[in-house]
Amino acid sequence: MAILGAINPMLTVGLDGNNAWRLEDYLGRGGYSALKRILAEKMTPDQVIAEVKKSVLRGRGGAGFPTGLKWSFMPRSFAGDKYVVCNSDEGEPGTFKDRDILLFNPHSVIEGMIIAGYAMGAARGYNYIHGEVWEVYTRFEEALAEARAAGLLGKNILASGVDFELFAHHGYGAYICGEETALLESIEGKKGQPRYKPPFPASVGLYGKPTTINNTETFAAIPFIMNLGGEAYLEAGKPNNGGTKLFSISGHVNRPGNYEIPLGTPFSTLLEMAGGMRGGRKLKGCIPGGSSSPVVPGEIMMGCTMDYDSISKAGSMLGSGAVIVMDETTCMVKALERLSFFYYEESCGQCTPCREGTNWLYKIVHRIENGQGRPEDLDLLGRVTTNIMGRTICALGDAASMPVQSFVKHFRDEFAYHIEHKKCLVPPDVQRAGSGFFKATV
Amino acid sequence: MLTIESLQRIDREIAKYPVDQKQSAVMAALAIAQEQQGWLSSEAIESVANYLGMAPMAAYEVASFYNMYDLKPVGKYKLTVCTNLPCMLSGGVDAGEYLKKKLGVGFNETTPDGKITLKEGECMGACGDAPVMLVNNRRMCSCMLPEQIDKLLAELE
Repeated sequence: MAILGAINPMLTVGLDGNNAWRLEDYLGRGGYSALKRILAEKMTPDQVIAEVKKSVLRGRGGAGFPTGLKWSFMPRSFAGDKYVVCNSDEGEPGTFKDRDILLFNPHSVIEGMIIAGYAMGAARGYNYIHGEVWEVYTRFEEALAEARAAGLLGKNILASGVDFELFAHHGYGAYICGEETALLESIEGKKGQPRYKPPFPASVGLYGKPTTINNTETFAAIPFIMNLGGEAYLEAGKPNNGGTKLFSISGHVNRPGNYEIPLGTPFSTLLEMAGGMRGGRKLKGCIPGGSSSPVVPGEIMMGCTMDYDSISKAGSMLGSGAVIVMDETTCMVKALERLSFFYYEESCGQCTPCREGTNWLYKIVHRIENGQGRPEDLDLLGRVTTNIMGRTICALGDAASMPVQSFVKHFRDEFAYHIEHKKCLVPPDVQRAGSGFFKATV
Repeated sequence: MLTIESLQRIDREIAKYPVDQKQSAVMAALAIAQEQQGWLSSEAIESVANYLGMAPMAAYEVASFYNMYDLKPVGKYKLTVCTNLPCMLSGGVDAGEYLKKKLGVGFNETTPDGKITLKEGECMGACGDAPVMLVNNRRMCSCMLPEQIDKLLAELE
């Protein structure tokens, strides 16, 4: 995998795959200069947070919550331990940007987390890394060792009197741990089942202490914001959508991979960067922000720009920036069936509407796909989703429901065809050819 | 039950957490125990729990919640194929079918010689390299078209 293209990049400047991730490479790119300046100039935590607020950096994990605001929720006067946690549990289908950030630029995340710790008065942090990407975990541990040896991490960082310790914690196969409170449970050595909110982690987080959790890419952006200044970072994107962002493109494109572009870049430009549609076929639908975001029909997607506001206007979410591209060889019922199976499989089982509801969603879509659908099933699917949404502790129930609602809404005819004719609108051999596994023939 | 080497590795994990939070090391400790034994027996889970000073049932809850732990013996190689949507669009499902046919086993089954266990996996966070598969929870294999799968199978001795 690699970063395959960029427009005005920041996070990926000077990276060279597996050849330039070490501390000396990062220092050569100006790394740790933001941290050094903050410590040398004795910037106050409030000044750091003000700069992050000015940048309008929005959380890159999926929710898009303003990072500076989140940091300001941490109780300043709290006397005990506080924690900074990085969410690298990247398991949202379609998303693979944090993997590349951590593999090719791990020190940018470390520097971002140290600055975050300084700004929020936290002296300890954890990076929770997706269990399936083991090489990322081992590399991050190596990078931590380099930073410690250079006096950038640990007690009395660069003789400033500031302490910050950081450790890597690995997951072992549970999508739900990407939910921030499930992630905290998991670090505490328990099943990853989400907690009720409130209290929010800023008051009661890891080990019951105030905790801030941000996504990997969010932390990686912090050194750039501190170096450029918040305003310049904001201007690199568009109003209310500061900076550049990594987009992970997968599915039916010629060059799937990661691309860093300013927020507000047209989708058509991004698609072109990814080599265009495989086989020159037509874009049927696109999931613009990871599997939990509603699907957008191709023609609407072609008119979107890649930022939080434009994608939201198109009825979806920018989410994690995971763009799943589907061409006309895709059976939308089969696509939804696989996603529904995923949410059923990954529901933690804590809340009845989600545990039972995701099972029903999968069962119903499965029977439609297998020629046993009933005419009333489409309305039934809608009813099941409304009985899940808003009735669960965490967002997984909503995440399972939104694909169902949007697929049925935008491709209702295709679902109805399945039910009436007991087969796919897209012939199986066309679907097979579309995957490119066997030599493509369409 | 746990070897000295495993215990030393677990100690390094315990050191990452506050002194009164040894249980935080349970995920890493279970992974280490599984590496040592090939799978997680009840005895292995219990010795991890005892070492960390937690109830065996609490450790079992963790072992049974996360899907990369194997609570039953698996073959020498565990091959987990991602069939989730992004991989499916680039042949993940086809790759699963191809492997089933080649190995003569279904998902969650082991070849008669005990060499390979085939599993269906969920998103591994590497969709740009689809289809992807994981060998023994550690080695990620990218762009697994028929030729690459054949090569991998020939390598797994």
